[in-house]
This record gives sequence, C-alpha cells and structure tokens, in this order.
Amino acid sequence: MRVGNWRAEWFGNIRGDVLAGIVVALALIPEAIAFSIIAGVDPKVGLYASFSIAVIIAFAGGRPGMISAATGAMALLMVSLVRDHGLEYLFAATILTGVLQVIAGVLGLARVMRFVSSSVMTGFVNALAILIFMAQIPELQGVGWQTYPMVVAGLAIIYLLPRVTTAVPSPLVSIVVLTIVTLILGLDVRTVDNMGELPSSLPVFLLPDVPINLETLMIILPYALPLTVVGLLESLMTASIIDDFTDTGSDKNRESTGQGIANVATGFLGGMAGCAMIGQSVINVKSGGRGRLSTFIAGAFLLVLVVGLGDAVGKVPMPALVAVMIMVSIGTFSWRSLANLRTHPRTSSVVMLATVAVVVATHNLAYGVLVGVLLSGIFFAWKIGQIFGVHSTISDDGRLRTYVVTGQVFFASAESFLSAFDFDEALDQVCIDVSRAHFWDISAVAALDRVVLKFRRDATEVELIGMNEASATIVDRLGIHDKVDALDYVPGH
Amino acid sequence: MKVLAFVDSSHYAVSVCDHAAWAASTLSVPVELLHVLERHRSDARIAADRSGRLGIDTRETLLAQIVALDEQRNRLAHESGRHLLDEAAARVRQGGVEGITQRLVHGTLVDNLREHERDAALVVLGKEGEGAGGPDSHLGSNLERVVRGSHRPVLVTSQSFHPIRRFLLAFDGGASTGRAIDFLVNHPLLSDAEGHLLMVSEGTESHRYQLEDASTRLQASGLSVSHHLRSGEPEHVIPQAVKEMEANLLVMGAFGHSRIRNLMVGSTTTALLATSTVPLLIIR
Repeated sequence: MRVGNWRAEWFGNIRGDVLAGIVVALALIPEAIAFSIIAGVDPKVGLYASFSIAVIIAFAGGRPGMISAATGAMALLMVSLVRDHGLEYLFAATILTGVLQVIAGVLGLARVMRFVSSSVMTGFVNALAILIFMAQIPELQGVGWQTYPMVVAGLAIIYLLPRVTTAVPSPLVSIVVLTIVTLILGLDVRTVDNMGELPSSLPVFLLPDVPINLETLMIILPYALPLTVVGLLESLMTASIIDDFTDTGSDKNRESTGQGIANVATGFLGGMAGCAMIGQSVINVKSGGRGRLSTFIAGAFLLVLVVGLGDAVGKVPMPALVAVMIMVSIGTFSWRSLANLRTHPRTSSVVMLATVAVVVATHNLAYGVLVGVLLSGIFFAWKIGQIFGVHSTISDDGRLRTYVVTGQVFFASAESFLSAFDFDEALDQVCIDVSRAHFWDISAVAALDRVVLKFRRDATEVELIGMNEASATIVDRLGIHDKVDALDYVPGH
Repeated sequence: MKVLAFVDSSHYAVSVCDHAAWAASTLSVPVELLHVLERHRSDARIAADRSGRLGIDTRETLLAQIVALDEQRNRLAHESGRHLLDEAAARVRQGGVEGITQRLVHGTLVDNLREHERDAALVVLGKEGEGAGGPDSHLGSNLERVVRGSHRPVLVTSQSFHPIRRFLLAFDGGASTGRAIDFLVNHPLLSDAEGHLLMVSEGTESHRYQLEDASTRLQASGLSVSHHLRSGEPEHVIPQAVKEMEANLLVMGAFGHSRIRNLMVGSTTTALLATSTVPLLIIR
C-alpha cells in the first residue's frame, strides 16, 4: 500500500472520524448487548466482540469508514449452537468462521457476489429488519405494564429529539433518560444486569475449551459455514453502500480477509462472530465518519465506556434497549421496496419476498439468500428462453420447407424448440437453418436430434445449416473454448 | 497523429496553447485540447448529523442528498471547463491550426495522459498546474510523475511562447538521447531552427565520437547543428549554455538513470525541469 494512501485512509478526516466514531460507539453498546441476548450469551460476549472486530477491521478491512461489530444477522445463526453445546463451541465456531473467510478472501470469492441480485439483497435487509424486530417481542411479553409506556417514551425521544438538536445521539439520550427515570421511580422492569455478565476488564486471550477433534469440527462446521456466508454477504453489501456514498472504491477481497482475521482474533478474545453493520455504517457516514480512524475509535471508545461505566450499563432498563432495537429494525428495513413492489417486474418482487419468507421461517439468512439466488437464476433462464423464435417458409412446389431458428436454445427453451416444427406436413425435404441460434447445452442438441429423427422417420430428407457455428456455443463440451470467439461465429447474436 | 495539449486555469494556459499551435502547424497535425476536471466529492461536506438515528430509508435519503450536492458543484465545474476549452481552442486557431478537438475528462492528469497519448506525436503541458504558487514556486512532483508516466515526447512550456530559433540538445550518449535524435530526424519540428548539441563530459575519445556521430546524423537529415563539449556538472553547465547560446528550447532525453540512483543523487532531468526558464522537450 502506498504511504500517502495509508495516511489519507487513517488521518484524512481526523475531526469528523473521531466525532463519528464516538457516536457509533454509543450506538454500538445497546446493539451489542441486544445481539448478545438474541444469541443467548452474556452481554460481555457481544461487547468484547464489537470492540475487537471494530478495532481489527479498522486495520485489516478493505473499506475505510465501514463499521463492523457483533451483528444481529450473525447472532441469529448461533442460537442453537449456544443452547445445545455452550459458549466454548461458539468461540471455536467464530474462529473457524474467520479461517473460512480468510480463505474466501484469498481465493477472491468476492467475485461470486455478482450472483446475488439486488432483489436478493433487498430481501436480505428486509428479512434482517424483521428478525431484529421479532427478537424484541420476547422482551415485551409477560412483563409489567410499565414496559410499554417506557418503550413508547424511548421511541419518542429517539425520533423527536433530532428535531431539536442533532448534536447528541438521540438513542443515547433516550437510554440515559429512561435509566434515570427507572432508578428514581424504582420501576420494576428488567435491566441489562438481569441478562448476564458485563465486562469488568479488558478481554484476555484464551483458547476455547473444546476438544480438538473431528467431532468438534462436525459440531461447529454446520454453524461456521452459514456464518461465513452471511458475514461476507452483509459485509460486502455494506461496503458497496459506503462505496456509493463516498464514490470511492473498496477492496472487496481484502475486506473478506479482514473480516476473517477479525473473527479469528475475536474468537480467541471471548467474543462472538460478527460482520459489517449496515445501520451503523450509515450512521457513521451520516455523522461525518469517512476513514479507518472512525472505525477504530468506535471500537476502542466502546470498550473504554463499557469497562469504565461498568455498573451504570447494568442499570439500563430493557425497555430502553428494546426502543433502540425497534429503531434499528425500522432503519434497516427498506421501506422503499414496499412501494417498489407495484412497479418492479413481478419476478424481482417474487425473489425479494421469497428471500424474506425463507429467512423468517428458518431464522437463517443464508438459506434465504440461497433460495433467492436460485430463484433469480431460474427466472433469468426462463426470461432468456423467451428470446427464441422459429420461422419457416415453404417452397412454391410445397416439397421443401425451410425453418430458420433464432435465439437461445437451452434446457429452458428446448421444449418450445421441439414444438415449433410441424411434423404432420408430408415434405420431401426440410432445411433447418440454425446458424443464427445459440445451442447452449446438451438438452438443446438432444432436442435438435429428435427433430431430425422425427423428420427422417416420415421419409423427409433433412438438411442442417450452420450447425457448427450454432454449437460452438456449447462451452461446456468444448471446455476451454474461447467464448468471445464462439459468439463471433454466430451472427444471430 | 496529433499534438495533445493539457490546458488548465493556471497562467501557463495561454503559453500551452501557443506552443501547441506552433508544434501542430510545424508538424501539420491537428491539436487535441484536454482539460482534466477533478471530481468534486462533497460527501464529507454535508452537515454532519450526529443524532445516531436511523429513520425510514435513511440510506436512500442520504445518498440522494449527497448526489444532489455533487451534481450542483460538478455542473459549475463542467461549465467553467467548457469555457476554458473554448478559449483555448480560439487561441490555438489564432495560431493557424484548423483541426482542433476539445475534450473534457475526469480523473488525474497522469491517468488521462496514459489514456489519450497513444496517437500523439507530442504532449504539451505547462510547467505548473492549477493551484501552484507564483512563478518562483517549486516544481511539484506531479510534473515529474507526468513525464515519467508518458511514453511520448513531452513539451513542458515556459510561461510565455517565444518563436523557437535556436535549440540546445543536451547529449549524454544514453539510450533516451538516442531516441531524442531519432525524433528530430523523423519529425520536422525543429527543421527551421539552429541546433546546438552539448555534451557535458571530460571529453573521452568515445564521447567525442558519439557526439560527432549524432551531429552528422542530424545534419544528414537537413538540420543545421553544431556540437560542443564542456566539462562540469550537467545541472550547472546546461542552463549556462542555454543562456549563452540564447536557445529558446532545451531538448533532452529523460531520466537516463534508475529511480534508485535518482533517489540518492538526484536526477538531472528533475533539476533542469525545476530551474529551466526555457521550454523543455523531453523524450523518453
């Protein structure tokens, strides 16, 4: 890396980065606690993770100005691992996730992101928002009536205070006010203290207390794989969002590797796996953060605050936290996508809704993305299959018919290819001109074979024109055949 | 082929146009005028909102806000860029050149040079860019990067244009001065001027021979040249000779030595770029 570049990425915007980093640190604390609760671990696990991921990604990441920490998307994937096997296995899974992400980064798998269409991405954020909201519901059930007015008051402060001033983070004010009110009135509501242990010291390096054998690997691998995928997906998606804001590029493979390094280290420091956060990254940019320093300050200041304030953090009432998380959920959801349902092509809407539905049903963002990507692929094949036509002319004496095939012939259009021929016509000769068609796969070639055989049975002589050019596009069979060259052979394209 | 001229709003712009017009009419090629716009990116200038609040579609709203701001600023930059190019084109036309194209591009000078120089016979640019200080100011590293990045002959103009009657070719016997000679043999740029070949050396037999050989080659192609051999430090001897011979142009091969050596002892080319008061034709 060039020295000038390095300096610009770190110290190009010191004032903005420091202030934005502080805003983000304050916003990260309630989220880290809330996501720990979702995962079923002590708040300290999420807080240590947020500290370590943010600080490490500040150095190792490929997208300056992006915030990474403990996230809801990742927390949701580890619930059953923690419940069934315990915390130590979570640390081991976090380390394995990191290793897999480093491998993905080194292999340059960021390229695969191109198969994730924007409808799938929208589905991803919407599903995430819904899951974050749903995770708050248990906090609202079976609690005293005081909880409800507190949540409403919290939301009121969060949304109305910025009309008065945007100099202080309104979620923080909301939390402070509600905490003080709870203490003064002695309200009977649950507090963060009830949720588990808070950090009282700096994190220390420790090896996860799990047996190192195949059995352990088989336990953590099914968790590490979706964690890897979801972590990279959300990180690269967030990186693109920040790219758009700042109109600068980012190194997606370096980001993947950086996420991996951050997760490996976090596992050893007693934290849970995390990734980039869309909401916090937007808050960072909005607050004026642009460089790596903002991410570093966010992580470092978070730890200082939590360790320094220790006891006070424990006094925060859960309704205040719920209010903040409802805001995060509302802010994460793409409301515009609802309006777009009416105007976007129906297939994109189906992909988006299917992604959301699968995630909400399985609580696993990886499955949703998988279904979304598959559906987009199928829809695309279906659409491209429409770009296909067969036209025919008969000779004056009625003995010869010439079929001209144009467009894409492959598995999705092979059937319509077959039905485009009229086998009831008794002809002496048939000429099939395929020089302007693309024969993409074996299904297409098989369909053509069947057409030829059918005509032959009826004693019709078949002449094929341009088969070599058309089948030059069967890239699979030709293996290393240069595609650009293949398309040159086909004037119909 | 064409003459590629970089114009900007610095006080070298007029001189760049005049030099480009001279070169283009001598070589009978068209001129391409290029103005590089730096992109205005105002994202960091939007009022920072430290409320830490995520509203409805915050992302989309924020992006729309940033884009609108940039659009406004860049539209102004576009307009002034077009205006600058129009003025430059008028100036070049006055110099008797007909084929003039204007291009407004984004990015950095170095990147655009690399992209547009491909079919250029000559690249013309001012010694200082926009934002540089007064006439005495030190040469920025930018020009050196531009010259190093270019594969075409680069004419670095002085503040104003004077008809080129005499030129001095700084000859060191190296590969890049060899290419400088080739350029002069193949292009009629300096065929009407009186040339002086200067070699700064202690005068060994082989140096003498090289110098005479080069001189003969130039004469054979119809240029009127004389050659001189002087001893001393090139950084001092060359400017002194320019002054003595009243040369209007200094021609030289660029960066004969490696970057590493330049880092340690400094490059003659860099020194001459900084101190020369006459235009420089640098050939790599």
